[in-house]
Amino acid sequence: MKCMMNTSLLTCILMVVMTVTLSCTKPESQPLKVGVAGPHSGDLASYGLPSVKAAELVINETNDKGGILGRRIELLIEDDVCKPELATNTATKLVSQSVHIVLGHICSGATKAALGIYKDSNVPVISPSATNPDLTQSGDYPNFFRTIASDDAQAKLEVDFALDVLKLKKIAVLHDKGDYGKGLAEFVKGFIENSGRAELVLYEGITPGAVDYSAVVQKINLSGADAVIFGGYHPEASKIVMLMRKKKMDTIFISDDGVKDITFIKIAGEYAEGVYATGPKDVSMNPLAVKANEAHKKTYGSDPGAFFLNAYAAAQALLNAIEKSGSTDYAKVTHALRTEYVETPLGKIRFDDKGDAIGVGFSMFQVKHGRYVEIN
Amino acid sequence: MEYFLQLLLGGLTRGSIYALIALGYTMVYGIIELINFAHGEIYMIGAFTALIMSSVLTLYGFNEVSIIVLSSLIALIYSSAYGFTVEKIAYKPLRGAPRLSPLISAIGMSIFLQNYVLLAQTSDFLPFPTLIPEFNFMKNYEHVFGSTELVIVVTTVLVMILLTILIKFTKIGRAMRATAQDKKMAMLVGINVNKIISVTFIIGSVMAAIGGILIASHIGQINFYIGFIAGIKAFTAAVLGGIGSIPGAVLGGFVLGWTESFATGYVSSDYEDVFAFALLVLILIFRPEGILGKSSSQKV
Repeated sequence: MKCMMNTSLLTCILMVVMTVTLSCTKPESQPLKVGVAGPHSGDLASYGLPSVKAAELVINETNDKGGILGRRIELLIEDDVCKPELATNTATKLVSQSVHIVLGHICSGATKAALGIYKDSNVPVISPSATNPDLTQSGDYPNFFRTIASDDAQAKLEVDFALDVLKLKKIAVLHDKGDYGKGLAEFVKGFIENSGRAELVLYEGITPGAVDYSAVVQKINLSGADAVIFGGYHPEASKIVMLMRKKKMDTIFISDDGVKDITFIKIAGEYAEGVYATGPKDVSMNPLAVKANEAHKKTYGSDPGAFFLNAYAAAQALLNAIEKSGSTDYAKVTHALRTEYVETPLGKIRFDDKGDAIGVGFSMFQVKHGRYVEIN
Repeated sequence: MEYFLQLLLGGLTRGSIYALIALGYTMVYGIIELINFAHGEIYMIGAFTALIMSSVLTLYGFNEVSIIVLSSLIALIYSSAYGFTVEKIAYKPLRGAPRLSPLISAIGMSIFLQNYVLLAQTSDFLPFPTLIPEFNFMKNYEHVFGSTELVIVVTTVLVMILLTILIKFTKIGRAMRATAQDKKMAMLVGINVNKIISVTFIIGSVMAAIGGILIASHIGQINFYIGFIAGIKAFTAAVLGGIGSIPGAVLGGFVLGWTESFATGYVSSDYEDVFAFALLVLILIFRPEGILGKSSSQKV
């Protein structure tokens, strides 16, 4: 069925409806229903709409190839405005339309509110953007998966790197008292304490923008820490690193993507050498990402918005799981999500037991010869 | 013991930084009883000018010493031009107005200058070259007290002594004291009050620029916002020492620097500001005029 560009949209829709209605006579070719939920209106619509477009692109492509398991795919798009109280309605509506799998929701709060309803109805859910750590780590929602790294992913990577790769025993944790820096430092503190393999010798907040950090640097020195893990941004990080090096301390410095910024290297210059920082994996060179972005440009005439590639990967992952498991059975699909790798714009991914995507998110970088180089 | 010494010297450096900026606040307040909120911005402009000049001079292949001297000199002249102009534009027309008006004008000037630098330069942090070389005789003490830190402390003390001499023993100093005590009377005995006020702003701006250059080369980076944060702390130091008093500003700076340094060193840097401002409150309760503040007839 081909809809020419000049054919009116209405005719197109009518034809689809007719095809669907006609094909209803044969039970095995009932459409596969994929729900897409997120904010599609209101303040946060710009976070939700790119996911709808990603789903449309992936699903149209699959339908053009003849669908999946011989069935066409139908999109059910529902708006939750990012509000938890509306997200439960959205979820109920999708479930009552007997949706098979859901791509969404976008905001962590709305996702959490909706998850219980999907869980009771055995609907797997893949979010491209909900980053709240509890969603996966609490273990309350075995039906939940996501193609974005959780908020504590950087902290986890930093601690794992410090303990497993660098084999450090004494670690000092500093933060800039801000939401981002302190939040991260608290996760780092928790991970170090739970590991029991290293000692947290110092945990302090520094005042951003202060003219001098020599007192806290001397305190790090006194604590005998092998490394400092810093949660915050590059202006404070460069001041601390420069001061440490000027005071002839060779303490290892590990930080986050607030520091993985070229300005940090420009300012700290030679003192920046050897500093570690986590940062989002670079996917711009991934051929699938390039292809997805081009498809978006061709179809919608603009560059894709927030979480587009995450949603694209989520759509691919869910179709792949259905295809590999050969059914829409809850247990089989979730098992396939956890075991079957799929090539996506974010790289080759599958999900771990808790539902976080393996191979998505952050990498460790180190400053070498004035640039950040990814460490593998 | 070494740790204590490190904190003591670290606090001294930090205190000197505050003191250099506080001197400008305290002088202006002494003369016209105005808290010049744009003072922090003059400090920032001084640092920016020095950065631009030193980059230009490096490009033309000047040697190290001439870069330091020339870029500092130009920064001092440029900042004093700003200080002078700010006073003429924002404060002089309001001299007879209620005290609140020039205060608002000062805040406006501060915001204006910040945004001007933001637009004319950049909002990003810029690396500042280490203008002060590492002295050979300091090599063995670098881990406790660096060359830049030594220069900062020495400069602060020197500037304080020079200012005190200027005010106590020179003709212009006497005129400044007279203006501070009673503007109308000073005018009657033939002192050009407007000129004296301009001179005060120029001296204050020169000190802010010196501070700007030294501090920027100590922390190695600048942006348009550094003046605001440093200004707040320096103002606190000036109040702590007794606003209007030159040695008071320096002592206030040292006390504030030490409080912060020891609070960080022995308690936690989380409470650095808590201790600093708790001390300010305590001192103001028991000595409302500040540590070295005197009755109002003795200002400047």
